[in-house]
Amino acid sequence: MKQDSTTNAPATPWHRDPGVRALIFQAMLLLVVVWSLGTIFSNTVTNLENRGIHTGFDFLHEIAPFAVGFSPFIEFKLGESTYWDVFLIGIQNTIIVSFLGIVAATLLGFVIGIMRLSPNWLVSKIASVYIETFRNIPLLLQILFWNFAIFLTNLPGPRQSLSLGETVFLNSRGLYMPRPVTESEAGAWIVIIVGIAALIGCVVLYRWAKRRKDQTGQSFPVLSVSLAIMILVPTLAFFITGSPVGVELPELKRFNFEGGMQMPLALFSLWFALSTYTAAFIGETVRGGIMAVDHGQTEAASALGLHRGQVLRLVVVPQALRVIIPPAISQFLNLTKNSSLAVAVAYEELVSIWSGIALNQTGQALVIIAMTIVVYEILSLTTSAILNFYNYRIQLVER
Amino acid sequence: MTEHHQPLPDLPPPITSTGVIGWMRQHLFSSPLNIFLTLLSLYVLSIIVPNIINWAFIDANWTGTDRTVCDANPNGACWTFINVRLNQILFGLYYGQHADQIWRPITAFIILAGLVGLLLLPRLRFKAWLGAGVLLLYPFVAFALIHGEWLGLPVANSSQWGGLMLTFILASVGIVAALPLGILLALGRRSEMPLVRAFSVTYIEFWRGTPLITVLFMASVMLPLFFPSGVEFDKVMRAVIGITLFQSAYTAEAIRGGLQAIPRGQYEAADALGLGYWKKTIFIILPQALKISIPGIVNSFIELFKDTSLVSIIGLLDLLNMAQTASRSIEWKGYDVEAYIFAAMLFWIFCYGISRYSQHLEKTLHRGH
Repeated sequence: MKQDSTTNAPATPWHRDPGVRALIFQAMLLLVVVWSLGTIFSNTVTNLENRGIHTGFDFLHEIAPFAVGFSPFIEFKLGESTYWDVFLIGIQNTIIVSFLGIVAATLLGFVIGIMRLSPNWLVSKIASVYIETFRNIPLLLQILFWNFAIFLTNLPGPRQSLSLGETVFLNSRGLYMPRPVTESEAGAWIVIIVGIAALIGCVVLYRWAKRRKDQTGQSFPVLSVSLAIMILVPTLAFFITGSPVGVELPELKRFNFEGGMQMPLALFSLWFALSTYTAAFIGETVRGGIMAVDHGQTEAASALGLHRGQVLRLVVVPQALRVIIPPAISQFLNLTKNSSLAVAVAYEELVSIWSGIALNQTGQALVIIAMTIVVYEILSLTTSAILNFYNYRIQLVER
Repeated sequence: MTEHHQPLPDLPPPITSTGVIGWMRQHLFSSPLNIFLTLLSLYVLSIIVPNIINWAFIDANWTGTDRTVCDANPNGACWTFINVRLNQILFGLYYGQHADQIWRPITAFIILAGLVGLLLLPRLRFKAWLGAGVLLLYPFVAFALIHGEWLGLPVANSSQWGGLMLTFILASVGIVAALPLGILLALGRRSEMPLVRAFSVTYIEFWRGTPLITVLFMASVMLPLFFPSGVEFDKVMRAVIGITLFQSAYTAEAIRGGLQAIPRGQYEAADALGLGYWKKTIFIILPQALKISIPGIVNSFIELFKDTSLVSIIGLLDLLNMAQTASRSIEWKGYDVEAYIFAAMLFWIFCYGISRYSQHLEKTLHRGH
């Protein structure tokens, strides 16, 4: 009977059926998107061919006709290195400045965030003036300001370099630091392997101590013992293998310093600007995270008889970190993307050397911009994958 | 009759816990560590602050028309330079050279300020209509005034626009043009049609994963290649297109936050009333969602306002580049610190102002349910 009544009801005309409509709409969208992308691609290829540029990846094997000044890990030889090498050097330099920036911004950001929460009025005001100043001025302006208006004009020349114990030097050309030099390769490897083994030992120790504490309630001074292992064991290995790693100090030659680890001024300014700028944002994140921990938590922990250090270490910090880490990771990604502003001070990272110089030299706009974007997309997708994984992990911790 | 016990009046709190002294004891000298921190901060401030004040105000050069005044007194800031080049830094090359035409951008700005001021009034009737009018009509009024051709005034080509005016134009056109795109993308991301959702997610994540400078490179180098030869865009137009595409992804994410905050009951109630998708979206969902996402959109506007400075890398003369160019001219070579600081100050005033307003909005819009 029931079936009859439905069949007797007036059938929905096909153009009013939501399922059919959705299908038609999506098919149209797909057509429009494919058609526009196709047109754009074919127009670009035709336009490039009209300018005498054959789009393709062949140019990657050609020799790059320009010099690259800063490349600490990948060797660049003018007249031998190809465009592919230039691309890799660009990625390498992006990673270098981002890594240095992330480390410095995190340290400075934590200091600023904690200062902002200080009960001391003056300290907290200084931190909030810092935050409001740095985050409301465009980063590009800050990079240009530090590089051109402050460092380049106010730092002394190589002869009058500012020095820190005659080992680290800062002048208007850059920052010069001692560099570790391997004297015996086998010995250096032994020290590295011993170091890794010590690290693994500490992890095992941490697990054992945690299990013992869960079972018996006895605590073990993991931190100090691990520290001792991490310092003593590799040092011992270092001396037993006969000091396989020496130190090369930068030396003042005729025009500038030679040897040692060198950081060109462009990198130094970029690093300085990126870290001070991002630190303002991380500072706010840290403050928000610590304030997100309910005051009752601190009181409950004190009521249980934990002393101040334990309250911080066992109750406040673990809960605050859960709030701090996700936005901090997005800030790290922002810093990495912002490192592309290097083009303004001519530090040779991906955008400046690849989308800038290499593009001008070859005219391969399509391939070069696409490769640049792919690198950033990979970085950003990796970051969101890490974030999702982290959020998934901390969700399990919750009730 | 029992005698009531009359307690003595309370003693005033000890002098050390009230007034200035009490405040200082509590906020500056409450523990040895705090005393140390206070003294350290005071020491650092006493080194930095007097130097800055001396340089920027006491020893500074304010008057004069050329660099001789500043060269004679190099210990102070050279505000003379800013003073002389002010029109150029605020309104760009064309208006910097044609001081008699400068009323045009100023009028456009005053009209905008008046309209925005009206919109900020808490209780105003027809606010939504006025807002729509500002969004749809004002750009044409401003263009007519600044460009000049429609009104029969001397023409100022967009290639000669610059300074703070260009920064404003780029940021406001970017945010306004990105709004409809962003709404569609946010709706698409929450759509039940898998292809629409996939397309929106790809679009949003693509632009969010790319640095703006690459987008601007793409807009300035590749946009002309995307179209058949003969189609031309000027530089400002290219930057606007790049900024709009980029910004729409961030606007979409801000609006998605608003959409997610709307309780399911609203959707179900609209369905129960028999409203179709578009009626439900336009009359029930979007008015609530947009209201919730206003602070998010305003925050992304602040980011955009700062990021417009990147157009100086592709050669547009925005506030930053104009100030820098002015300080690198032969007449004023060497006064780049003043140029950067002046530009930074203008950026700071706008960004800080907007961010305070957005915090205020967040409080007023928050109706605790």
